[in-house]
Amino acid sequence: MFKKILIANRGEIAVRVIRACRELGIASVAVYSDVDRASLHVRKADEAYHLGRAAAAESYLNIEKILEAAKASGAEAIHPGYGFLSENPVFARACAEARLKFIGPPASAMQMMGSKTHAREQMAKAGLPIVPGTSRPLQSPEEAHEVAASIGYPIMLKAAAGGGGKGMRLVHEPAELNSALQSATSEAQRAFGDGSVYIEKAILNPRHIEMQVLADEQGHTVYLGERECSLQRRHQKVLEEAPSPIVDIEMRRRMGEVAVRVAQAAGYTNAGTVEFLVDPKKNFYFLEMNTRLQVEHPVTELVTGLDLVHLQIRIAAGEKLAFTQDDVRIRGHAIECRIYAEDPDNNYLPSPGKITLLLAPSGPGIRRDSGMYEGWTVPIDYDPLLAKLIGYGTDREQAISRLVRALNEYFVGGIKTNISLFRRILQDEDFQRGRVDTSFLDRLLGSPGSGFQERDSQIAAIAAGVFAHLDAGSASTNGRSHTPTTESFSTWKKLARLEILKESSQ
Amino acid sequence: MLYDITIDGKNYRLELERSEGRWRCYLDGSELQVDAVLARPDVLSILIGGKAYEIKRERVANDTHLWVGSLRYAVDVRDPRSLRSRRAGLSSDEGPKRLLASMPGKVVRVLLRETASVEAGQGVLVVEAMKMQNEIRSPKKGIVQKIVADEGTAVNAGDLLAIIE
Repeated sequence: MFKKILIANRGEIAVRVIRACRELGIASVAVYSDVDRASLHVRKADEAYHLGRAAAAESYLNIEKILEAAKASGAEAIHPGYGFLSENPVFARACAEARLKFIGPPASAMQMMGSKTHAREQMAKAGLPIVPGTSRPLQSPEEAHEVAASIGYPIMLKAAAGGGGKGMRLVHEPAELNSALQSATSEAQRAFGDGSVYIEKAILNPRHIEMQVLADEQGHTVYLGERECSLQRRHQKVLEEAPSPIVDIEMRRRMGEVAVRVAQAAGYTNAGTVEFLVDPKKNFYFLEMNTRLQVEHPVTELVTGLDLVHLQIRIAAGEKLAFTQDDVRIRGHAIECRIYAEDPDNNYLPSPGKITLLLAPSGPGIRRDSGMYEGWTVPIDYDPLLAKLIGYGTDREQAISRLVRALNEYFVGGIKTNISLFRRILQDEDFQRGRVDTSFLDRLLGSPGSGFQERDSQIAAIAAGVFAHLDAGSASTNGRSHTPTTESFSTWKKLARLEILKESSQ
Repeated sequence: MLYDITIDGKNYRLELERSEGRWRCYLDGSELQVDAVLARPDVLSILIGGKAYEIKRERVANDTHLWVGSLRYAVDVRDPRSLRSRRAGLSSDEGPKRLLASMPGKVVRVLLRETASVEAGQGVLVVEAMKMQNEIRSPKKGIVQKIVADEGTAVNAGDLLAIIE
């Protein structure tokens, strides 16, 4: 086993990995940029090395600096977290050359999964279900018409070099195809410097369901069940759960077996995720493979009882998987809310700043993976993810009610967050019935909020007055409002004992 | 004290007195039994007719919201005796328009120069924060009178970025 691991990341995921290291008796090394000196991951680690300026290119994406820190600290392995360098084959190779173990898949597997058309081609070759269409760029409008007619409308035009919705067009009928092809090509050209476009059958209102896989370096690959990730906004996941409300044991087995074959076709090791699009008839199609630990991994941990980061580290250290597919059991239900520094009054734009007050929930069935603390300033330079609140229950209903309860206890002051959004989601009737797809969140946000409640509004009005009153005369408020309640339990115990004595002496 | 209070657009009149540690409270004329304890700054434990609530106050820049559980309400409190005007800048197409930053961040691009003419809805500057870019658009047709925040300037929500004449 490793003695020391460097974590090439920041925020909640760096804290998550540092905790796993401590649990395994491994020393942890944090790295940080100028604006992250006071960040939680630096406070939690055993050692910390400065990388450079705030810009990611000069810090968390700076391969040279990170390898220098690893060398200086004597770390034997690097955990990349998610984002930043986690899916960068160049980094994985650089680690290998520096004789550092990269905790993740081999660079070759990352490379294969990095290009959408290449991955599609490879998976089609392996006989795995991909969304029907072409795997190579279209050569002419005539070819486009032919392909579209053969797979049937509606179809989707996608940029081969694509991502983030750029160069993507939904085409309902042949008459629209020529102009859509033209605009998609020019948009792709502008965005990626490559105008190649390919065709996929359009799956309307799909679900986005992904399968966790785990492979050791001795050739054993298992799947750990699915996560339902359909609740998205601007291609960003907002809430995930395991298991999916629509996946039964049989469908899980079929999806899991496909995911294992995808991983094997790529020569995959360590933890990875195979993403599927699922149509309303529950047909599923390979979309892409994420070659890293996912943000939403805790929901899988809670329903399988496995610690994915421990397992990642053990696999990287050369250990064999200590269990087989038959040992994997899904038990209970888990839902994760991603807490972002976002402004709900302003179209969920980022809202960085200083956290002046933090009230954190806890209690039965609640897990909180957080990278923030009271008094910390959320920098403007990185992702707005602050923390993840995960609710676990014996069933979906209990997981939801625990989350609703915990969200009542959660409060972040000084900046704006999306916490209030989750109550709307969790209490939505369609959500409660498990009727979700990738357009659910836009629909919910587009409908008028039903949040206003007369009773609560009156309470808020009274509270607003009380706050104003206290603000105005804080000199005269040292009456009841500041009386500390420090009654200790021992006093109560003494009283109780006295009562018992009295009774027994009577 | 008398307060005019607006909660998510709904208006209330609240009369509040405090003596010997007890609150006297009239909401729109009807009396309520209220007991309130400030548990810590911005967190109020409040008992109303025996029912318990924890109210959290969110203050960001000029915005105040109150949280009743996980429901969040926009709050505006006014003293009816003072004639303090409401938020400045009544919207109208007349006169110069001030473009304000809608989030804290950094100005990464200035799309138009001073004296350039601008269409309604045309982008003037781009502010970036947390890997997201936000284009600040002109609310009217006119001329860029002044660019206040140059490329690279760090800005807060509500900061003046440019003026459109």
